[in-house]
Amino acid sequence: MGLFKKKTVLPKRTQHIEANLANSKIHVKNVKKIYHSAKGDTLAMDNVNLNVLENEFVCIVGPSGCGKSTLLRMVAGLDEISDGEIIIQDHSIIGPGADRGMVFQAYTLFPWMTVADNIKFGLKIRKIPNDEQDAIVDKYLKVIKLEKFRNSYPKELSGGMKQRVAIARALANSPEVLLMDEPFSALDPQTKADMQLLMRQIWQVEKPTVLFVTHDIEEAVFLSSKIYVLTSRPGTVKKEIPVYLPYDRDLSLKDTEAFIKLRKEVNSLIDHEQI
Amino acid sequence: MIKIRIRKEIEKKKYLLLAILSFVVIIALWTLASVTGAVDEIFLPNPAKVIQYYISAIQDGSLWENTRISLYRILLGFVIAVVLGIPVGILMGTFQKAEAVIRPLCEFIRYMPVPAFVPLIMVWVGIGENAKITVIFIGTFFQLVLMVADDALSVPDDLINAGYTLGTTTPMTIFKIIIPAMLPRLMETLRMMIGWAWTYLVSAELVAANSGLGYTILKSQRFLATDAIFGGIILIGILGLITDRIFAFLNKKLFPWAEGGH
Ligand SMILES: Nc1ncnc2c1ncn2[C@@H]1O[C@H](COP(=O)(O)OP(=O)(O)OP(=O)(O)O)[C@@H](O)[C@H]1O
Ligand SMILES: [Mg+2]
Repeated sequence: MGLFKKKTVLPKRTQHIEANLANSKIHVKNVKKIYHSAKGDTLAMDNVNLNVLENEFVCIVGPSGCGKSTLLRMVAGLDEISDGEIIIQDHSIIGPGADRGMVFQAYTLFPWMTVADNIKFGLKIRKIPNDEQDAIVDKYLKVIKLEKFRNSYPKELSGGMKQRVAIARALANSPEVLLMDEPFSALDPQTKADMQLLMRQIWQVEKPTVLFVTHDIEEAVFLSSKIYVLTSRPGTVKKEIPVYLPYDRDLSLKDTEAFIKLRKEVNSLIDHEQI
Repeated sequence: MIKIRIRKEIEKKKYLLLAILSFVVIIALWTLASVTGAVDEIFLPNPAKVIQYYISAIQDGSLWENTRISLYRILLGFVIAVVLGIPVGILMGTFQKAEAVIRPLCEFIRYMPVPAFVPLIMVWVGIGENAKITVIFIGTFFQLVLMVADDALSVPDDLINAGYTLGTTTPMTIFKIIIPAMLPRLMETLRMMIGWAWTYLVSAELVAANSGLGYTILKSQRFLATDAIFGGIILIGILGLITDRIFAFLNKKLFPWAEGGH
């Protein structure tokens, strides 16, 4: 973990202070989503409002089926918005673009490309000069600690490694915002914890603006600077919770009183289905 | 205790041995049935006679000549079907509007019996080489389009979405994501289609032909020359198997990255 040993000079209190409050990166305004199907219309989300500031790590939690993935896909421009508006930086989104990188729950590395070529994909598309491409690839291979796998094909990697490459591929493209939809939910608990730590460390150093969907409350509290809790379908924002926890985090944080208290608080806000 | 496990892998050697064994057993049964006279020679020729037929056909050069012309017809019909069918199939598997136009048509035509088209084809393109090539083309094209479309549709949505979020435009997504992602399956499709092309050979050579392996079989029918019929059928089988193996080999060499491959 030597790579992340506090090179950055950042205030050590809460990340809330670091975020430039005037600078909204993602602004979701009165968004509604209706799915039309043969069986009729489904109101998946209604009246969703949220704000992600520059350099913030924001998590969205909520019961299954409340529309977390839908919301993220709308921000990515992959799903249409039925009503309302989503503003990235200062423009309303109309479709997908390289300004919004995404890491998916399913493994989405391009299987015919090596790890390095996967990371390079977005840079090639954007016609970044070759030597710059190589430098960026080197940098991110180091960040995800997979230098040795530069020339491996995705089928030779474990699930956790694949997701690390997917994160590197998205970050290498230097998007305005990074969208993540339950990227660690298919991993075993040990790998998942390692990935959470890595993700937090990457964020502490690189400071990307992240919108992260999960249904794992512990994960949300550990990673984020702010949590939005959604209600069950039709999903809408139930509560916005700032996460006042130390800036430098490692896995031992999960055992602290403050962490457990916050985790319980968030948990109590989630609608539980009657089974 | 479960001794025979489902999908248990066996050694390559064992696999090959069993494959050869199945041929040996069939040839042995065949020899037995004809040598003992259990089955009349008109129904089942003596293997020795089939071999004799091969020898004489090699000696007078007709075997090579017929193989050459049949190969030419199959390859040309197949290549035209592939060159036209792949873009149409990809279009259909990528845009639903194209699918709505193409799929019902293809599904409709592919159930039509190809041999029944033969008289029509003679009227349309004459009785020359074009007619034979057209039969192979019609036999494979519509099926090919449908299968290529399925190959394109099999590319996971999230792979395409990953491309979009990395900045691809729609044409880039087709050429840089959908096509490379579907290639291994596409090659499998071509492997199956060349097999189909071989099965249409006899139909193709129904058309005023005076050469070719299919024609030889049809001609031998008239004289009840069962040894020549058997010889022709077996030769087509062998050639089909060879083309199939070539495709399988290429697949393995070209796409080492493909998941699930051995
Ligand atoms: N293509 C679709 N057609 C119709 N309804 C859909 C479609 N996609 C999603 N929905 C519905 O919209 C709602 C929100 O789905 P979504 O996948 O966004 O939920 P989620 O919060 O991500 O759930 P999970 O935690 O299980 O991933 C669900 O109730 C789902 O049934
Ligand atoms: Mg989801």
